[in-house]
Amino acid sequence: MSQTFILDGKTIPFADGQTIMQAATQAGVFIPHLCYHPDFKPHGSCKLCTVKVNGRQTASCTMRAMAGMVVESDTPEINAERLTLTQMLFVEGNHFCPSCEQSGNCQLQATAYHLGMMSPHFDHFFPNRAVDASHPEVLLDFNRCILCSLCVRASRDVDGKNVFALSGRGIKTHLIVNAKSGQLADTHFTLDDKAAQVCPVGVILKKRRGFAVPIGERTYDKQPISATVDAAEGN
Amino acid sequence: MNAPKKKLKVATTSLAGCFGCHMSLLDIDERLFTLLEHIEFDRSPLTDIKTVSPDCDIGIIEGGLCNAENVHVLREFRDNCKILIAIGACAINGGLPAQRNHLPLTTILEEVYHTSPGLSNGMIPNDPELPLPLNKVHPIHEVVKIDYFMPGCPPSADAIWKVLTDLLAGKEPELGHGLMHYD
Repeated sequence: MSQTFILDGKTIPFADGQTIMQAATQAGVFIPHLCYHPDFKPHGSCKLCTVKVNGRQTASCTMRAMAGMVVESDTPEINAERLTLTQMLFVEGNHFCPSCEQSGNCQLQATAYHLGMMSPHFDHFFPNRAVDASHPEVLLDFNRCILCSLCVRASRDVDGKNVFALSGRGIKTHLIVNAKSGQLADTHFTLDDKAAQVCPVGVILKKRRGFAVPIGERTYDKQPISATVDAAEGN
Repeated sequence: MNAPKKKLKVATTSLAGCFGCHMSLLDIDERLFTLLEHIEFDRSPLTDIKTVSPDCDIGIIEGGLCNAENVHVLREFRDNCKILIAIGACAINGGLPAQRNHLPLTTILEEVYHTSPGLSNGMIPNDPELPLPLNKVHPIHEVVKIDYFMPGCPPSADAIWKVLTDLLAGKEPELGHGLMHYD
């Protein structure tokens, strides 16, 4: 790891083939992200990890690190754009945090806190996608889905079950269940699947586990998402 | 917080709210006395004033818009307040009441007032005295311009105190980790 690049004035070492995101994470520098997960290939849909490389914007989860590049991430300009992206995600779905079981453990919510989102700014879409409660152990609320495709990737690449997929075009793009009936109960999905663990928001929920963790002790009550980079991913 | 020469006039109201944000405002406890050195309340559920004075400085709105009267009151606040603040999840994104948005309004009214078991001679109330419900619940920024937002369901007393004291000090309100909550 003799090669380095500059991130917000800090020298970051990297190995050949690493992305900016991977190198930054390894160095303990937090770059906001939702669809990136260290266990999976990058997806590049959420755009929260956008940085400026040598003056041009690019996704840090897909951009390979190169020696000597100058990267800006934690700047007012980039963070303002990240805030707008987060607001877009909030109005596209029904993110009623006060009644969501994931509240306090939700990456989307914690990212919005991190970016200082006081309001979603845009007009709301109020989508109406039916809940899938067919599975005995798991409930799916599609109105919270941010199309990160982590469950798709986990089910296909790790579990080998191919339970989920993204379907449709444009704003009508949505998460579907790969079964003739379209119901989760008609797949081999189980709670032990990797796909059951990776949802960064409140779509894939374990049934009969309502609000088990006291307020104040949830993941992002204890520390902001920016402080979780070492614990979660520093390897 | 430097005391201004003249007290700021603050009006508050609850539209499609639960009054929880007002309760959270009262949760600032004895700091209310400090607050009252800087502000006086105009139209508010806490006062007996029926209409917003034309020279109000700050209007604080809890709740989203669920009926025609809500829209009327919101416009009255916008017309008479220099600064309008949305407080709480309902005012900001419709909140939990907006979970009715995927149901047809007639279905809801039918079920509650007409077909529900235990109702005798049930009928949907139709007196013109009653405000008509809107088809959907809306956040208030979709109808008038809102200057500041205090997230939370409700925002904690400390968060409300922070936003109000920031504003009274002429600063852009900011909530850091621990004060910023949507739930």
